[in-house]
Amino acid sequence: MAQWIAACATDDVDAEDVIPFEHDGRDYAIYRSPDDVYYASDGHCTHEKTLLCDGLVMGGVIECPKHNGRFDYTSGKALGAPVLVDVRTYPTKVIDDTVYIEIDG
Amino acid sequence: MGRERLERYSLTGPENQAAVAAGLAGGDWFRSAVPRKRMKELMRRSDYPAVRDTVIWIGLILAFAGLGSALWVVWHSWWAVPFLLAYGILYGSTSDSRWHESGHGTAFKTRWIDESLYQVASFMIMRDPTTWRWSHTRHHTDTLVVGRDPEIAVMRPARLAKLLANLIGLVDVPQAFVSMFRHASGRLTAGEADYVPDAERPKVYRTARIHLAIYAVTIAAAIGFRSWLPVVLIGGPRFYGACLFYVYGFTQHAGLGENVLDHRLNTRTVKMCRLNRFLYWNMNYHVEHHMFPMVPYYRLPELHEEISRDCAPVYPSLWAAYKEIIPAVLHQLRDQEYYVRRELLPGAAPFNEPTPLSDGRALPLPATTAA
Repeated sequence: MAQWIAACATDDVDAEDVIPFEHDGRDYAIYRSPDDVYYASDGHCTHEKTLLCDGLVMGGVIECPKHNGRFDYTSGKALGAPVLVDVRTYPTKVIDDTVYIEIDG
Repeated sequence: MGRERLERYSLTGPENQAAVAAGLAGGDWFRSAVPRKRMKELMRRSDYPAVRDTVIWIGLILAFAGLGSALWVVWHSWWAVPFLLAYGILYGSTSDSRWHESGHGTAFKTRWIDESLYQVASFMIMRDPTTWRWSHTRHHTDTLVVGRDPEIAVMRPARLAKLLANLIGLVDVPQAFVSMFRHASGRLTAGEADYVPDAERPKVYRTARIHLAIYAVTIAAAIGFRSWLPVVLIGGPRFYGACLFYVYGFTQHAGLGENVLDHRLNTRTVKMCRLNRFLYWNMNYHVEHHMFPMVPYYRLPELHEEISRDCAPVYPSLWAAYKEIIPAVLHQLRDQEYYVRRELLPGAAPFNEPTPLSDGRALPLPATTAA
């Protein structure tokens, strides 16, 4: 059953950046776009098990720090080699300066 | 005996499975601690430096080609030789670093410029852009892991005749054409099939046909005009202009540790003059590049300053690097366990050697660890 989990405070993430979030032994990545919209995805690249939170956020794209694989973090879409599999994304909402993500319970 | 040892580098041999079983494949590599804020600054892209450098690079290529061709065709002068040689080195050697940087996608902020340079440089250096993108991805995942890394240039024992012949492309160019014909006929080698996903393979076949068509037109032009000039300008530089490509390239890993999970043990950073750094697009900062491949070439000197406290001393020149490389490679002809082990600076983070899997020697992994 899906549930909303508090992931971080809104100020924890700089604009156009990403931070890690761990819950129940799973890694997630929390993004803040240049226009202050928050997004969430699985924490690891789908190519190899590299944490995306060490990567580079440019506009709506997260680039994996290991092989420069690129995802549209708003949709999870893989944007070309070496990433060919989309990364899973999660709904987010902000309440009282806290970012929540909706994950499977 | 040498051939048997070299077979261990095959991606389809038992060393591949052994490396996977031993935890060396896709391993957890050492990275210096750099604050996220600073790393974000270093990773930040800008079109300006790479566009500037590329305009200069293409301008020089066109200028040397134009002058050399004019001297050859109009005046039939031997003064064409130095100009065409300069053209050839820019084409046949420095296209490698352009291929490399644009392949990582870090050179330009604008993707289409990056991808365009990647396609052009791939043609110049005679590499299939798709196959080699995946090959290089594996090289970064499993740098100098025997049986996993398809880009180990100097093996143990080194194939000296091949290395020397390649200074004028005598092995790599024929192999590149064999590869193009294989790809054009819709086939990969078993090694390529190990790292190129199915979905990417049609691109390999299509590109090979395009490249072969360009070479066919070049040869037809040479025959039609009864002149070597078309071949001297297209394809030929991969022979007569290739030497610098290898002179730079061998400094990256030759003679250093294999089967380790720390780029400070298997990679060199070599100080170079401004001209060489332009020609090589700062790939002399190779430890830095491997540790943080997201950092564009024009920020690598800053990254070097950031992490130099963790690294072994840099080689002060190409000469200094080769004073180590040549004896080491010759030593490895008779002793494949020999390698150069770098000494870290006092206070540096210790080498990442989580288990006694390997101390850098190119010994076969224990059979008991194989799957």
